[in-house]
Amino acid sequence: MTHSDEPILQVKNLKTYFKTDQGLAKAVDDVSFSLSAGTTLSVVGESGCGKSVTALSVMGLVPQPPGVKAGGQILFEGRDLRAMPERQLRAIRGNDISMIFQEPMTSMNPVFRVGHQLSAAIRLHRGLNKVDARKESIRLLAQVGIPAPERRVDDYPHQMSGGMLQRAMIAMALACDPKVLIADEPTTALDVTIQAQILELLRELQAERGMAILLITHDLGVVAENADEVVVMYAGKKVEHAPVADLFRAPRHPYTLGLFASLPSMQKAREKLYVIKGNVPAATQFPVGCRFHNRCPYAQPRCVEEAPPYDTLADAPAHGVSCWEYKNIPAHGPDTLVNTGASDLHE
Amino acid sequence: MADQSHKSQGYWRLVWRQFKQRKLALASVVLLAVLCFIGLIAPFLAGEVPIYLEKDGKSYLLPNVFSYTDLVSFSFDGWEPGPDDTAIRPLIPYAPERSNLRHRLEPPSAEHWLGTDDRGRDVMSRIIWGTRISMTVGVVAMGIAVLIGVIAGSLAGYYGGAVDATILRIIEVVLCFPTFILILSLIAFLDPSIYNIMIAIGLTRWPDVARLVRGEFLKLRSADFTTAARATGLSDMRVMFRHLLPNALAPVLVAATFGVAGAILTESALSFLGFGVPPPTASWGEILKQSKENVEFAYWLVIFPGIAIFMTVTAFNLAGEGLRDAMDPRLRQ
Repeated sequence: MTHSDEPILQVKNLKTYFKTDQGLAKAVDDVSFSLSAGTTLSVVGESGCGKSVTALSVMGLVPQPPGVKAGGQILFEGRDLRAMPERQLRAIRGNDISMIFQEPMTSMNPVFRVGHQLSAAIRLHRGLNKVDARKESIRLLAQVGIPAPERRVDDYPHQMSGGMLQRAMIAMALACDPKVLIADEPTTALDVTIQAQILELLRELQAERGMAILLITHDLGVVAENADEVVVMYAGKKVEHAPVADLFRAPRHPYTLGLFASLPSMQKAREKLYVIKGNVPAATQFPVGCRFHNRCPYAQPRCVEEAPPYDTLADAPAHGVSCWEYKNIPAHGPDTLVNTGASDLHE
Repeated sequence: MADQSHKSQGYWRLVWRQFKQRKLALASVVLLAVLCFIGLIAPFLAGEVPIYLEKDGKSYLLPNVFSYTDLVSFSFDGWEPGPDDTAIRPLIPYAPERSNLRHRLEPPSAEHWLGTDDRGRDVMSRIIWGTRISMTVGVVAMGIAVLIGVIAGSLAGYYGGAVDATILRIIEVVLCFPTFILILSLIAFLDPSIYNIMIAIGLTRWPDVARLVRGEFLKLRSADFTTAARATGLSDMRVMFRHLLPNALAPVLVAATFGVAGAILTESALSFLGFGVPPPTASWGEILKQSKENVEFAYWLVIFPGIAIFMTVTAFNLAGEGLRDAMDPRLRQ
C-alpha cells in the first residue's frame, strides 16, 4: 500500500452528453478531479446534477446511444479509459475499478444465488476454480460482516435484507482487491442504522486495503464523516471543489451555501428550513451563463450572460469555486456550518 | 451451527409448487409424459418383430431393437412360431407399415383394435408409432424456433437502435407471409422429409419468441443488476445470455409450450394434405388423410387419430396455461 502523491485516477474535463428528442443534454460538462490511493473523494449535489453519470462515465458504462463521449480524459494509472477499447476496459472493470450501487435490492440478479454471483466475479478476474471461488466468496462475505456466511452464500437475493445485500455487493466489489471503488449513493436505500454500519465498513476496508473511494452522495452528513475531498456539482458542472474541512468551514459557492443552509441544525431548532428556490432544470434546458443564476440569490446581470470560470482561492489553492460573485458573498460563520453540516446530522 | 430450517427456495421450486395445485395442468403434464413414454417404447407396444425369440435352437433378446445378422434377411411377415420356437410379441403384433390388402378398411375388431386403413395397416399400431413423429416434430420444430427467437430477440432488445430496427423489420417480413403457404412452398422445394418439416415449421415460428424475448430484454437491460453485471467486467454476450436470459426465460417457456401444440397441428395438417412425413412412415395426419376418401363409413380413420391429435394439443395448451398462471405472481395462491 503506497500513499504516493501521484493520483491513481484523474478525471480531466469530462464531458458526457446525451442525445435526446428534446435536444442535447449536457449531463456532465467539463468536470475534473483526481483521486489518490487511500483517500475518499465525494461528489455531492441534488438529484439530476450529473453525479451518477460521472460515476458511470468512469466505469465506461454510459449507454451509447443515447450517451455521447463529448470529450475529456479519464486517466487510470496514466492510461486513458475513454480511449481504451471495450475489451481492455472490461479487464479493468470489476478488477481495478469496482462499483457499488444505490439499490442493493435490485443490483443483484434475482435468479442466481448470491454466492454464485460472487464466485462468478472472482472466477472471471482471478481464474480460481469453482471450489476455491466458493471458499473465497464465503471468506469475503465474512469479511463484510455477514453472519453465518457459509449458509448465506446459498441464499437468493430476495432472502437477504437490504443492508445484508449491500454488504454482499461490497464483497463482490472487493472480490478482486480493486484500487478504486466507486460508491454511487451506497446508503441511500438503507435505513439510518444500517447506513452508519455500511459506511463504517467502507472506512475499515479502505484503511485495510488502501483503496481510493469515489463516493457519490447527496447527504452532506455522509460527506463530513467519510470524505477527504469534496466536489460539489450542479447541473453537470463542478461548482466547488475543496478539502472537506475547508468546504465545511467556509463554503464559497452560493449553491453550496444553499445546501448547508437547508440542513436542519440544533441551534436553529424549530425554525423553518432554508429552501433553494426552484428545481434543477432539465439537462436539455440548462440556462446560459452560470447555470445556477436563476436560483441564485446573489445573481448579477453578468451571471446571466457568461459562464463563470473555475477559480482557485488565493488563500487556499486546494479550494476552487466557479462563480462570478463569490468574493462578494458573505461567508457563513464557521461554527454554525461545522455544526449544521457534520455533527447534528448524526443524532 | 447451520440452521436446518433455513432452506434456500429457488424460483423454479416456487413455480412448481404453484403448478402442482393446478390439477388440470398437472394431469396434462402426466398425459404428455405418458405420450412421450409411448413414443419411446413404441417398438415394444406395436410391431411384428418379437421382443424375445427362440428360433431354430437359437435365442434372440430384443430383436425388435437390436439387429441380428441371422435375422436380417428373415421376414416376420406372416411368420408363425413352429413347435420348437418361442416368440414373445408386442401387444399389437402389426408393424405400422405392414399392409395386408385382404384386410382393407376393416372396422375395429378383436384382431385390429382400432380397425385398419385402406392398405390394411393396423391403425392402433400406426397411432402408437405416429406419437413418435408428432412429439419429435413438435418439440424439435419449437426448439429451432426458440433458438432463433431467443438469439434474435436478445440482440434486438439488448442493443436497441439499428440492431433492433433491423431485426424487427425481418420479423415483420416473416410475419407477413401466410405461414402455412410458406411452409408448403418450402416443403415443395425441399423434399418432404421429417427434418425439413421441422426446419420449415421452426423457421416460421421464431418471430413470436423473438418479440417476447425482445420485450423482456428491453425491460431488463435498464435494470440495476445489468449495470452491476457489466460493472463486474462481464462481456455483453455473458451479460445477455448468462444474466438476462434466465430472467426472460419464464415467458419463453410458456410460449414454447403453446408453440409445440401449434407445431403438432401444423405437422398433422401437412400430412393430411400429403406434404408431411413421406409414406409409409406413420403419422396422425396421414391416417386422417386416408379417411378423406372413405369418410362416409370409415369413422375409425377419423375419430382415433383425431382424438390423439386433440388430446396432445389440448394437453400442451393446458400445460402452457398452467405454467403461465404458476409463474404469474398475481395469481399466486
